Amino acid sequence: MTKRKGVSNIQRRLIPAYIFLVIMAFISVFPFYWMISAATNETIAVARGKLTFGTYAIENFKSLLAQTNLWQAMWNSFKYALAQTLMALFVCSLAGFGFELYHDKAKDNLFGILLLAMMIPGVATMIPLFKMISKAGLLNSVWGFMLPAISTPFLIMMFRQNSRNFPVEIMEAARIDGQTEVGIFFRQYFPIMRSTYAAAAVITFMNAWNSYMWPRIVMTSNKAQTMPMLIANLSNGYKVDYGVLMMGVLFCSVPTMVIFFVLQKQFAEGISGAVK
Amino acid sequence: MNKKSKGMSVRRKQEAAGWLFLTPATILIMVMSFWPILQAVFTSFQTGAGVNMKWSEPLYNNYIRMFKDKLFLRSVGNTFLYLLIQVPIMLILAILLAQILNNKDLKLRGFFRTCIFLPCATALVSYALIFKSLFATEGLINHVLVGIGILKQNYNFLGNPTSAKIVIIIALLWRWTGYNMVFYLAGLQNIEYSIYEAAKIDGANGWKSFWHITVPLLRPTIIMTVIMSINGTLQLFDESVNLTAGGPANSTITMSHYIYNNSFNTGAPNFGYAAAMSFFVFVLVAILALINMKVGDTRD
Repeated sequence: MTKRKGVSNIQRRLIPAYIFLVIMAFISVFPFYWMISAATNETIAVARGKLTFGTYAIENFKSLLAQTNLWQAMWNSFKYALAQTLMALFVCSLAGFGFELYHDKAKDNLFGILLLAMMIPGVATMIPLFKMISKAGLLNSVWGFMLPAISTPFLIMMFRQNSRNFPVEIMEAARIDGQTEVGIFFRQYFPIMRSTYAAAAVITFMNAWNSYMWPRIVMTSNKAQTMPMLIANLSNGYKVDYGVLMMGVLFCSVPTMVIFFVLQKQFAEGISGAVK
Repeated sequence: MNKKSKGMSVRRKQEAAGWLFLTPATILIMVMSFWPILQAVFTSFQTGAGVNMKWSEPLYNNYIRMFKDKLFLRSVGNTFLYLLIQVPIMLILAILLAQILNNKDLKLRGFFRTCIFLPCATALVSYALIFKSLFATEGLINHVLVGIGILKQNYNFLGNPTSAKIVIIIALLWRWTGYNMVFYLAGLQNIEYSIYEAAKIDGANGWKSFWHITVPLLRPTIIMTVIMSINGTLQLFDESVNLTAGGPANSTITMSHYIYNNSFNTGAPNFGYAAAMSFFVFVLVAILALINMKVGDTRD
């Protein structure tokens, strides 16, 4: 009895916290709800402030298909993001493995230098990179899309930090068994570090899917358009059709939202992955 | 003897393997980050675009032009306005939310955390377009404000310099507060919960334990989020392009957006001038990051 009273007292003291959280949660979720409801309504209804789901979704979807190259852009975004994720994970985990498990003074210094790249803003390297990529004939190609983003100090740091948990005894045992260093990476390191790989994959895929400035510069052909570029173009007309626009935004958001709900833990780890 | 030389070669093999593993990543960063920034410095002393690049006269001309360019100065001002207003509000909100969600007595913690974290799942372009539609003259916000009588008639939020800036700040807060909260939650998990319980027994209330336990122990995390936020804000692009298109009349344009316009969007792109401005951004980012690390280093 007294225990129960204690619990309800604690809960009563938390009422302001609950109110604050409910407000914040509502503000956070509402734009998503509105996006989905707008995608199912006619643009006039959206402008009138209709908040319930409508029956216009099919028509909005059809106009979206008529106005844009939706499937092409979805496929492009998927293809580029997947390629970037695979390459980035391979290159950066290899480096993290090398920097941590073979570390010596020289490698630690090199790592410190590479970290400085974190401070270089994208806009500062944009023009030279554009020149480089176009000279190499890589405009509108998956390589042009991902080359500047494959090796990032963030991911290298994440793998390096997490490699501290990799047991050195396993490496020594594998060496005694006669495995090569490359073999150790693929057969021992990779399976043991799979949770780090999962977190790194989620964050890299999302970043690649969502990237906008760089694709806008190097993916100049309509055929190479990505989803963020597609929806940005949709909103550029004189008269914006909100139903169609939100249908497009919905398509651009579905893959990342699915990843978010299924792999939220990995996503959270991926964001704060390099801090430990 | 034989054994020893064999041992040496295994050692050398391992040494070589270590270097081999970090070579691809190192080469890519050298070629894709360090080399371009050097080239940008080089280009910043030139003028023109494409094959018609020539040395500017005097060499530092682009840098002089930059500080006389009212539009560039305005873009710097706007970026700093977003930085000085949005970043503190966002980080305080994020710490508060993390502190509240770290309370083990709270129910539905996972649900609230997921909701507040959800905005991170959207592309920057997506959320910019959602906010643009919500705050449009015939958008939902106007509809509600007129409906409950706060506004007499629909107001063009994105057509007025001040309100357009406020909309950008609101949108940024919406997108990034949950993101920063995740860092603080991770940081709080490293703090022994018993410290709070001991403080409670000693009579410390919520605010006291927040200021005297949470904030000092989260200091490294706070410094990191400040650096990340400064870095991100100085490079704002997607929101300026898609939410307000820099308008009305360039009153909300950010540095990155203006540099982009000078490089790719105008009839006569000027790579040299754009490179000079972008080098300026690089210097700003570096200086602010250094200040931050220095401030964070003073232990009292």
